[in-house]
Amino acid sequence: MSQLPAIKPPLWLLAELTYACPLQCAYCSNPVDFNGHGKTMDTETWLRVLRDARSMGALQLGLSGGEPLVRQDLETLVAESTQLGYYSNLITSGIGMDAARARSLKAAGLDHIQVSFQSSEANQNDEIAGMRAYAHKLDMARAVKAAGFPMVLCFVLHRDNLHRLREMLDLAIELEADYVELATTQYYGWALLNRDRLLPTLEQVREAESVANEYQARLKGKMDIYFVVPDYYEKRPKPCMNGWGSVFLLVTPDGTALPCHAARQLPDFSFPNVQTHSVKEIWQTSDAFNRFRGFGWMKEPCASCPEKEKDYGGCRCQAFQFTGDAAATDPVCDKSPLRHLVDEAVSAARTTTTEKPIIFRNPKNSDRHAKKPAVVAGPQ
Amino acid sequence: MSESPEKKVEYATDYKPLHDGPLKLARGHRIQYETVQGCDVLLYPEGVVQLSETAAMILKQVDGQKDATGIVSSLMQQFPEAGDISGDIRGFLEVAHARGWIA
Ligand code: SF4
Ligand code: SF4
Repeated sequence: MSQLPAIKPPLWLLAELTYACPLQCAYCSNPVDFNGHGKTMDTETWLRVLRDARSMGALQLGLSGGEPLVRQDLETLVAESTQLGYYSNLITSGIGMDAARARSLKAAGLDHIQVSFQSSEANQNDEIAGMRAYAHKLDMARAVKAAGFPMVLCFVLHRDNLHRLREMLDLAIELEADYVELATTQYYGWALLNRDRLLPTLEQVREAESVANEYQARLKGKMDIYFVVPDYYEKRPKPCMNGWGSVFLLVTPDGTALPCHAARQLPDFSFPNVQTHSVKEIWQTSDAFNRFRGFGWMKEPCASCPEKEKDYGGCRCQAFQFTGDAAATDPVCDKSPLRHLVDEAVSAARTTTTEKPIIFRNPKNSDRHAKKPAVVAGPQ
Repeated sequence: MSESPEKKVEYATDYKPLHDGPLKLARGHRIQYETVQGCDVLLYPEGVVQLSETAAMILKQVDGQKDATGIVSSLMQQFPEAGDISGDIRGFLEVAHARGWIA
């Protein structure tokens, strides 16, 4: 039986302000075909989106991209979000930041900045990012602290940099980060395209976990460290977005409203656009946001599973990427009859050598790889 | 910057004893009233906690001036009819401190 849950307002608005980005990270979760998307929205339209979502109750605002600092109107958007009472989080690679800009964002009321690092080591950082960025990022992280922001440092972990975890944590200590997020790459968008090159081995993950634990214990009370285990090595899927259409609303640069980062790839969906529909209509009545709300859409084994309220059957996009069916059980779950697809991906990655070229996230590669289907279930 | 948000594994924070100095909200934390939710919320980097009336009342006393004892006596003066609630207030402050909401 399908249950109709009461539709609670969104708590999180993630505004992807632009897909422009000076970096070319191979693990980027932006859609591979971003270069073919519609026109990036102007200031006025974004201001309306901020107001609309806030009036529905959205509280946390993520300003992301691409690289949000590319936008010259960022301060205007931040000032409005401050006035509206959002808690604003800037999610940046740091390129485009300097001491003056950090101060002007602070003056506009920005609450928090998350800076991402590709590695703790200059050459490797720059290799993964596809540009010389490391030295600048260190300066910038210092500028963020100096302007008085709470700072989250995010290290995106994958096979080639996991062994540097200690250095990363030491760097975080040196930069006086308030929180450190050790985020293992999740395989969507560009990361999925590069999965065979990025997915760490189980041994690497366990080792990293113990390093994270050790630092966590040592730095208790000074710096919070989060370690995110890659879900391919788990037996249960992540409670993706706390449930579809439950708390999270993403708006892409061209105004497409999505219930999660990777949803745009799902077939048989028409995702509404904030330029033609109000945020309220989109959230409450659109087919896209209602499709996987609650539990009524579930198939077995999820439908009768006692754990469904804990993980909501996992990630719809991951289910689609592996099985071709967005309503299937996330195959990370060991109750899924298709769990072997995940195991096969793990072993395919294990046998992939570093000779396999990394596909960098840039407009040219976007055009080149846009047509290929995203489904890469199992080994090639 | 765009990596997917994932499940965050927060390692169990060990009990941190409350100190005797003045208490303040931790850096990047603030409280505000939300009409939609009909309650006060605590906001911090990428997080929201809905506060019960009692929790909000106590946290609003955390002003960077008063220590735990000061907060207890201020609240007991405000609510003399509540009896001896000092244990409850301290207990909550300890939890809030262990979670990193107050420093
Ligand atoms: S069967 Fe579905 S609901 Fe049950 S644990 Fe697995 S993914 Fe979660
Ligand atoms: S992950 Fe890298 S390439 Fe993608 S938006 Fe962020 S900084 Fe740019």
